[in-house]
Amino acid sequence: MAASRDHPAEVWGDYTLMKRRCFLKASAVAGISAGALSTPALAQGMGRVLRFVPQANLANLDPVWGTQYVVRNASLLIWDTLYGIDSKLEIKPQMAEGHELSSDGLTWTFKLRSGLKFHDGEPVLTRDVIASLDRWMVRDPLGQMIKAQMDAMEAVDDRSFRIRLRAPFPKMLYALGKNQSPVACIMPERVARTDPFKQIQEYVGSGPMEFVRDEWVPGSRAVWARFADYIPRDETADWMAGGKRMHFDRIEWHVVPDPATASAALQNGEVDWWETPLADLVPTLKRNRNIALDIADPFGNVGSFRMNHLYPPFSDVRARRAIQIALSQEDYMRAVVGSDDALWKAMPSFFTPGTPLYVEDGGDVLKGKRDFDAAKKLLAEAGYKGEPITVLVGTDQPPLNAMGQVTADLLKQLGMTVDYVATDWGTVGQRRAVKTPPGEGGWNIFHTWHAGADCITPAAYTALRTTGDTAWFGWPKSDEIETAIAGWFKASGQAAEKAALAEINRKSMDFVTFVPTGFYMGYQAWRTNLSGVVKGPFPVFWDVKKA
Amino acid sequence: MLAYVVRRIVSTIPVMLIVALFVFSLLYIAPGDPAAVIAGDQATPQDVERIRISLGLDRPYLIRFGGWLWDVVNFDLGKSIFTNLPVTLMIAQRIEPTLALCVATLLLAVSVAVPLGVIAAWKQGSWIDRAVMTFAVFSFSVPVFVVGYLLAYFFALRLDWLPVQGYTPIAQGFWPFLQNLILPAVTLGSAYMALIARITRATMLEVLAQDYVRTAKSKGVGQRTVLFVHALKNAAVPIVTVVGIGVALLIGGAVVTESVFAIPGLGRLTVDAILRRDYPVIQGVILMFSFAYVLVNLAVDLLYTLFDPRIRY
Repeated sequence: MAASRDHPAEVWGDYTLMKRRCFLKASAVAGISAGALSTPALAQGMGRVLRFVPQANLANLDPVWGTQYVVRNASLLIWDTLYGIDSKLEIKPQMAEGHELSSDGLTWTFKLRSGLKFHDGEPVLTRDVIASLDRWMVRDPLGQMIKAQMDAMEAVDDRSFRIRLRAPFPKMLYALGKNQSPVACIMPERVARTDPFKQIQEYVGSGPMEFVRDEWVPGSRAVWARFADYIPRDETADWMAGGKRMHFDRIEWHVVPDPATASAALQNGEVDWWETPLADLVPTLKRNRNIALDIADPFGNVGSFRMNHLYPPFSDVRARRAIQIALSQEDYMRAVVGSDDALWKAMPSFFTPGTPLYVEDGGDVLKGKRDFDAAKKLLAEAGYKGEPITVLVGTDQPPLNAMGQVTADLLKQLGMTVDYVATDWGTVGQRRAVKTPPGEGGWNIFHTWHAGADCITPAAYTALRTTGDTAWFGWPKSDEIETAIAGWFKASGQAAEKAALAEINRKSMDFVTFVPTGFYMGYQAWRTNLSGVVKGPFPVFWDVKKA
Repeated sequence: MLAYVVRRIVSTIPVMLIVALFVFSLLYIAPGDPAAVIAGDQATPQDVERIRISLGLDRPYLIRFGGWLWDVVNFDLGKSIFTNLPVTLMIAQRIEPTLALCVATLLLAVSVAVPLGVIAAWKQGSWIDRAVMTFAVFSFSVPVFVVGYLLAYFFALRLDWLPVQGYTPIAQGFWPFLQNLILPAVTLGSAYMALIARITRATMLEVLAQDYVRTAKSKGVGQRTVLFVHALKNAAVPIVTVVGIGVALLIGGAVVTESVFAIPGLGRLTVDAILRRDYPVIQGVILMFSFAYVLVNLAVDLLYTLFDPRIRY
């Protein structure tokens, strides 16, 4: 799940939002860029404080219990990881000094860097690491796979521990260093012993910043102070890898629910960095010479048209294929991001474009002219006779609202009867889990988006799985696809992994697990007196400086 | 009088009970699932179910309601499902900005709207009257968020006189506190001013047509004394009633105003909680608002006796 959907609370309903957006566009045309001329008087004398507007409210701070990305982003300041992914998607040691893998691939031995300390002054020991990984393995899909084939995880000494497996698991380092939620954060043992389905009570980590709990006002503000005893690695910082050098004594997150207000605050110098500017406001910000903009997350988001495989018509693959051959990704993407072509790409694939393992095998069906006649024929063959199709649309989330409207139009063009359920995301979140027939509280279609970082490989790509009753919402079942996914987990080396992904993509396109509606990205914006802001799947605070 | 006040305060207990039952039942039957929000989009249905069980959301209605009511009776509003913080603490963190905003708005609205309404009635049909009424219609018609954006654009972005957003507690200095409050109070007060100005004008017109006003004028009493001492005092009861009713308007408007100006108040807390289905917070805040509203009504009833000595309790 991507950014703003983690925090539906800041949106006031689509009608109001659209009205405001229209108003704002008008204001922008009227010359709101005059903000460029204003003096940021209120920001004077705050050189060691970074004021950041996050994508969503930080309502909790447990990276295992709450898997929203805003929680992950906040957690990466507090907690460190054994390994970390860098911008080349390579996994590098972070808290770990290094590791050894036995020749049979069954025993991993890890050694911690010396001098690691928690914020309470206690040293980081292997018992802390083991307890943390134990808790993480219950909630993380990759962790669950490790746990399923693990004989033991045991301490060798205070700085070394080993994981003994029954079968090789080549993705071990990736699992420990990935950026997708839940991240394998290392906590003190007493904290990590918390039930993984309950929230931790202490926010003590060994990361570069300490959480200032007394100043936390959920929904408004979260504050971190620099951890003086943090010892960064010697290497240059690169996403979760390298030396995390902090150039601020204090980082303040200001939750600003209204995009127009966040935009004005940035222009006025009241905040330094805004994680997710609304696309409508980007032209205004671009005209301001004190503000810089760039793509925030190069991995972007993958839009999803998700169908319920349990009930007709989409229990029949022909009905799903009808959608696949009629759906135009361009229509969806223009509805989501508007006219800025830099922000979207068509993707005849289930995987994230622009990544090393990206494949398009089997994706031709999503390219070229859309074939409505063939789609109607397939629907008829699937036995569709005009029954209502229940479409759940979270209208409080602009991308979902836009996709829902395109879908309603698409279904009507295909001669389908649309039962358009416009509601809030919280309700969609509950109703999509209902397995009863669509007419009895269930559903046929809902839209969502997946963070592109989750869709690079099947590792954290829950939506791709086809395990039937235990699969993600829609409950697709295909043993063939599961076998192909298992093949990727066993694959070692880029060529083998790419071949495995090609197989998965082909089979998933044929089975129509879901239909990707396109790949889209968003901007981040910051005041030009900041330097060191980089593109990444999360806001990278280390090595950012303020003049 | 004291007995009346005590009786009214005691009578809030059944009101609060009904509100509690209503709010709890409404949330129980409302769709939405906090466990799904917590688990995130990648979670499996099994994970969501385990979180639901750990939060006690799988328990039957009566057991949940009974438990919550027992806690409330013991002055414990529970803990937020999301932040794990006590609801009372979350309310305490948020009450000052909302209270400050509402009081500032109330003071501003009454001090501007009542004189405007009086003058408009005095100069009925003149350009002043028409200007005041045009202002009232405009203020009442324009959505709060548009007023907010316009004010922020001119006074923060263009003129750089005031901050765009945020809140500074009064403990950190009166001027910073006021700086952050001016634009939100004017924004929230615009519709409220319009309402009070119109009611004041209408009531004053009625009172100014009374015989005793003519008598006072004929006896040579000054215009100002006639207007503000004799007429306004007799027009005060409906005005005070509208001011009291308008508190509900303020609470509703505060939700939008707090969002537009990023003020960490109770309005935003409520909306956040509703959209996340953070049941303990929603229940706690609504109970508190209900109690506050009952108290405001009581205060209005007591004020009647000040303006009209014939009213006795």
